[in-house]
Formats: sequence, C-alpha cells, structure tokens
Amino acid sequence: MRRIRKAGKQESRRDLCVPTSRPIHRFLLSFFSCVPAFLIIFSSVSVSAAPIIIIGSKKFTESYVLAEIAKRAVEDAGVPAEHRQGMGGTIILWEALRTNQIAFYPEYTGTIGEEILKASPSTSTADMRARLEKSGVGMTGELGFNNTYALVMQRTTAERLQIHTISDLRNHPELKFGLTHEFIDRRDGWQPLAERYQLPTQNISGIDHGLGYGALRNGSIDVKDAYSTDAKIGENDLVVLQDDLQFFPQYKAVFLYRLTLPENVIAVLRKLEGTLDEKRMIQLNAEAERTKNYTRAADLYFQNDASPRQPRSGESLTHKLIRWTSRHLELAGISLLLSIIVGIPLGIAASRGGAIGQAILAVTAAVQTIPSLALLALLVPVPFFGISPRTAIAALFLYGLLPIVRNTATGLQDIAQPVRESAIALGLEPSARLWKIYLPIASRTILGGIKTSAVINIGTATLAALIGAGGLGEPILSGLNLNDHATILQGAIPAAVLALLVQWSFDLLDRFLIPKGLRL
Amino acid sequence: MTALVQLRGVSKTFGAAAALHSTDIAFERAKTTVLIGPSGCGKSTLLRLIIGLLEPDDGIIQFEGAPTTFANIADLRRRIGYVIQDGGLFPHLTARQNVLLMSMHLKRPAAEMDQRLTELCALTRFPQTALDRYPIELSGGQRQRISLMRALALSPELLLLDEPLGALDPLVRAALQKDLKEIFARLKQTAILVTHDLAEAAYLGDVIVLMNEGRVVQIGTLEDLRTKPAAKFVTEFINAQRGLALV
Ligand SMILES: Nc1ncnc2c1ncn2[C@@H]1O[C@H](COP(=O)(O)OP(=O)(O)OP(=O)(O)O)[C@@H](O)[C@H]1O
Ligand SMILES: [Mg+2]
Repeated sequence: MRRIRKAGKQESRRDLCVPTSRPIHRFLLSFFSCVPAFLIIFSSVSVSAAPIIIIGSKKFTESYVLAEIAKRAVEDAGVPAEHRQGMGGTIILWEALRTNQIAFYPEYTGTIGEEILKASPSTSTADMRARLEKSGVGMTGELGFNNTYALVMQRTTAERLQIHTISDLRNHPELKFGLTHEFIDRRDGWQPLAERYQLPTQNISGIDHGLGYGALRNGSIDVKDAYSTDAKIGENDLVVLQDDLQFFPQYKAVFLYRLTLPENVIAVLRKLEGTLDEKRMIQLNAEAERTKNYTRAADLYFQNDASPRQPRSGESLTHKLIRWTSRHLELAGISLLLSIIVGIPLGIAASRGGAIGQAILAVTAAVQTIPSLALLALLVPVPFFGISPRTAIAALFLYGLLPIVRNTATGLQDIAQPVRESAIALGLEPSARLWKIYLPIASRTILGGIKTSAVINIGTATLAALIGAGGLGEPILSGLNLNDHATILQGAIPAAVLALLVQWSFDLLDRFLIPKGLRL
Repeated sequence: MTALVQLRGVSKTFGAAAALHSTDIAFERAKTTVLIGPSGCGKSTLLRLIIGLLEPDDGIIQFEGAPTTFANIADLRRRIGYVIQDGGLFPHLTARQNVLLMSMHLKRPAAEMDQRLTELCALTRFPQTALDRYPIELSGGQRQRISLMRALALSPELLLLDEPLGALDPLVRAALQKDLKEIFARLKQTAILVTHDLAEAAYLGDVIVLMNEGRVVQIGTLEDLRTKPAAKFVTEFINAQRGLALV
C-alpha cells in the first residue's frame, strides 16, 4: 500500500483524481503561508466551539487506523468524537487543522519537517514544536514506530545468506533487486542509497509495488523496497533490513493537534505516545486490511488493556448504498444546477466574442486544468467551505462550468446569419430574440454541454470523499486503500449506473426541451 | 406624392472598401423598385441600411420624412417586411409559428391572427394543410412563400426582398414571379426588390435602379436603360445579360 506522507513520495497512482505533483504541493504551501490576513482572521472565528471532536486522517490504511485508535481513546474519556476519514492529503489535513476545522490528525515527523514546515532535515523536535505553535498547533511525542522506506527480503533467503543490514547486501552481487519505479527515480531513493552503501547495481528491475510481493515469494526477485510498517511485511513474514548507515529519513508517527483542545483530550493523545512499535503497527495494518474494518483494527490495539468492546452493529450494505448514492446525487445535482445557472449566462456573454468572451472561455478552461486535490486544498481553508460538502459542490460546480459555457457559446455562435438577421429585421427586442429564437435554436448544443457536465460530475463527485464529504467515493477510496475490490465495486458500480441513468434521462429530456423542428 | 423612403447622402464603408458611396435615392409609394447590378455593387447593403441591420457611416435615411434613429428603428422594423434569399426561417418553429411570431409577440387577438393567416395563405397560394410543418419539411418554394407571409403578416408599409427567388429552380421561380407581381398589385405594396436577373427586374419592377461599384448608375424603366443609357456600363450590363440569356 502506498502512502502519502513524504514530500513527493507520491500518493497512490490509483488515486481517484489527478494526483497533485510535488511542485503543486510546494506552490500551494507557499501560497497558503502567505495567505491574506483576512482569511486568517475569518478562519479563527469560523468554527470556534465545535461541540464534538473532529478527527482527520489521510487516505491510507495506517492513518485511518491511528485516527480510529485516537477516536476510541477520546470517546472512552467521555468526549464525543467524529472521524472524517481519508481526507485528501497533507495539504488538506494541515489546512483543515490550521483553520480549526479538525481537532487533530496523525502525521509523520518527516512530513512535518519537509512538507509542512519546509525545515532542514537537521531541525530539532523542539524547533518543530516552536514553529508549529505559531499556527496554534501542537505535536505529541512519537507514537513509537517509524514508517519509512525499507528494503525487505524473504526470511529464508536472509537467514541463509546471513543478511541483517543493508550493508550486508554489498557482498552478494548475485541478489536480484525488484524495485518500484518510484523508488528507482526518487532523488533520495535507489541511486543515492546504492552510492551510500556501495551496493552492486547490475541486477535491478522495476516492478509494481503490489506485484513485487508475489515476485519475492516465488523467488523471481530477492530484495524489494517497502514501507517499514506495511501490512504485507507481516503477512509474508519478511525481514526488514536494518538501515545501519541511517540513510532513510525518519518518519515517526505523531498526532498534530489544536493547542486549544481541552486538557483531557490532549492528555488522551499523549497517553498513546510510545505505545506502537513497528511490529505492532504492521499487525494492526494487517488486521485492517484483512477484515476491511478500521474500527476492528483499532479495537485490537485496546485488547492489551483487556477492555474488548462489543462489536458495533454495522450499517447494512443497502443502507450504506442508499446513503452514499443519495449524497452523491445531492453533490452532483446541486453543483450541476449551479453550473447551469452560472454557465449559461457566461456562455451567452462569451458568445458575443471580444476580450470578455475570450477571457470567460480561458478562465473556465483554466479551472478545468487544476487537479482536483489542489482545488480542494485551495477551498478548504476558506471559512465558508472548509471540510464540508459545500467544498465538494464548489469544486464540482467549477469543473462543470466549461462544457456548459463552451457549448452555450458555440451553440449561439453557430446560428446562421440569415436566421439571426431575420430575428432582428422582424423587430424583436434583444431579450425576445434571445429567448424566443437564439436559445431554442442553440438548445441542442447547450443541452449537450449540460449532459457532458452531468456525466462528468457523477464521476468527479467521488472526490468528495477526499474531504470527508461522503458519496460513492467513500467506498471507492477505502477499497483502494484496502486493496479490496469488492468495496471498490460497491462505489464504482453504482457510480457507473448513475452515469448511465443520467445519460438516459438527459436523452429523454432532449425530447421535451429540444424543439421538434430541430430534431427532424 | 412624397417618397416613403428617402436616402440622403448615405454611404457605407467596410474597412477600407466602400460598399456604398454617398447615395441619394427616393422610393415611391405603391411602386416596386428593383435594384440590379453586378455582384458586390452594394444592393444588399442598401436594403440592410434601410432595415437597420447596418448603420450608415454618413447621411440620413428617412421613413415617411422622419429620419431613422437608434430609438425608432425597432418600431420601424415592424412596419417593414424583409425577405432574403434562403428565407431565414426559424428552424425550431412551424410554418404557422414563423408567420405569426411577431403577431403573437405583440399579443394580437387569436381570431385576428387566424383570419390573417387564411388571407396570407390565399395570397401566397400556400396550402393551409402544410402550416404545421417545420421549415426543414418544406420545399424551397414553400419556404419562400412562408418567408413572404412572415414579412407580410403585420401588413408592412414597405417590403424589402433580397433576391427572394435566387435559390429556386426556373419553374418554381416563374410561378413565384407571377404570384409576387399579383400580390404587389393587389396590396398596392411599396416594395424594393433585389435581383440579378434583368428579365425579372423588367417583369416585376415599376422602376429599375441599376447600380455598379457602390453607386447608382441609372434609374428608370428597362426601356429608358436601353434607349437612353446614362453610361457605357448600362449598355454593357444589358448586353451581358442578353448574351447570357441566349446561351
Ligand atoms: N459585413 C461586411 N463586411 C465586409 N464587407 C462587406 C460586408 N457586407 C458587404 N460587404 C462588401 O460590400 C460590398 C457590397 O456588398 P453587397 O452585399 O451589398 O453586394 P450585393 O450587391 O448584394 O452583391 P450580391 O449580388 O453578390 O449579393 C461587397 O464588396 C462586399 O464584399
Ligand atoms: Mg446581395
């Protein structure tokens, strides 16, 4: 399972939406670090006294599990809590925390240093704390484990060859390395690692992360890269080679929290410090992936305390499907409506050409090129939006504009000159021309744009899950994280069916809305 | 008798090219004036200036003695009918709706509209049964009849026709020429008609205006043009048309 936790250690390629690249993260971070003062003022008054503790997590298994553990710990202390799981990425979580929309979320020291604070690797923990404090954010002590890159081997091979550390690999040039392309390409990946340890570099092949485990098992490769708390390490009984020269950066798990949290909540978080080593975390990750249930994995953590919980009554699949689908339709529907209300007038304005028309088309097209994660990250710190469905609707609305604006403009521009001039020569006023002649004639093209928008919206509405706004993206996202196809399909199939239904109902609508004379 | 429409020193330039040089011309009531001349000589430009699709660079256009302005052009357009080569019918409206569009827009009583429609069908020999068809379901000749009905719907004082028969085959064209002549006569319609065809001009026009390169060369009957050509061009133009007719 890939994670987002390091700068540039890219979020999964199986991402729901266009993954933001590192420069964009950089850009956004620097953008937000100089965010206008009014935003800061607004955001500090926006969500002041949240009645319940909102916990965030990133969209990968370990983050979900850590947040679930904290949720239970907080609830056990008598404070109601809610887990907004699987939010977009560092930037979104950080902005949500900074603007007091979530109370805390699990993070890694390496990410805090490199991505959030942009500090040099040598920055001390005390220094980090001081700098976080300026944003009203506190950092707990380390939870225990370090989730960083590692090299792993089959236990049998490692024992036979007496390999315990990465340095030991130097004496075995015959070993075959199967590395992810990402690891091979990273500036702090294979190349510098091999240089530092002076490893042989002839037997290297690039292989997909998931497939690599199979290759390791059947012996087609001997060594691969992994994350040190990957559930697969436990499942396959692999050996993590010791990073004896301390090449890999430290990614120690901590919680980042609002300094304004009640004392008792902070105390609960601090009690989690030092309670999770790599082995334990691997075990919990494996439990989550095996049972497809993060709460179960979190409960496993507490079983040492001998306080098992009765299993919660799970929500039935039908009920979940209804909840996801109706939220999905709500998000897509409202945003489409807004796109229509705003897009058609903009399209009318754009159809008149000139500088304004060009500008309208250029801006709506440019909006389309913003990766969804980046767009969400831009909206989350804005007080009215935050980590609510409103943000998802706003993003969908913006993405929905282009097809409507462009089709309205071309539909109107394509009206034949004689028709246009006849309308004028008859003595119709401009508004009557538009309503009685131009718009009806352009209606097929305009509806085509709306249809495109609607279908795209149904697909894109899955992004709402990135900010915890629900919809069919929720099962898709968690299925992707769990590598669980059944869960993915629970979201993907209804989404595909919805897209088809929307397509059909618009085809039906064509018959009512497009004048008959244009359909002959 | 005063002219219904009068152009005084009207000129129009597109970019550097003059489409119409400073022109003075009057259009008499109850007469059919035919504009004729080589392609690009400014015939359509002249009509479009009168109906306000174009604004003159210079000069004034008077309708019943009053200059047309931005403020009164919308009203004037309702007193002028405009028929163009391919009809310019609205594809999303039926023949009936095309004809009655303005009447409905102006909220004329239904009975009045029905009566007018029946009259117009009789006048233009359009089959009433085809009134509910869409333009795309009509023949070229039928489309031109609808276009004519639409232009006549509000009983305009002036009818402008820009090559109304240009796109029709010879038989249909001949039939419509005959019908137009009858209609103009029966309605005592003031009309300005643009054509390329000298025979059509002679048949329909009370007055022929021969234009060339943005200028009016001669105004008169075909006989005047033949016997008293105002310039060498007039004879050339007539001869060219005759030559074409012989082929
Ligand atoms: N909108 C326009 N922009 C630029 N030039 C134009 C425009 N309309 C007309 N012209 C030019 O003005 C001149 C007169 O055009 P006009 O349409 O009046 O000619 P016409 O006599 O109607 O020709 P035809 O018999 O081919 O219809 C032509 O040279 C034409 O190219
Ligand atoms: Mg013309």
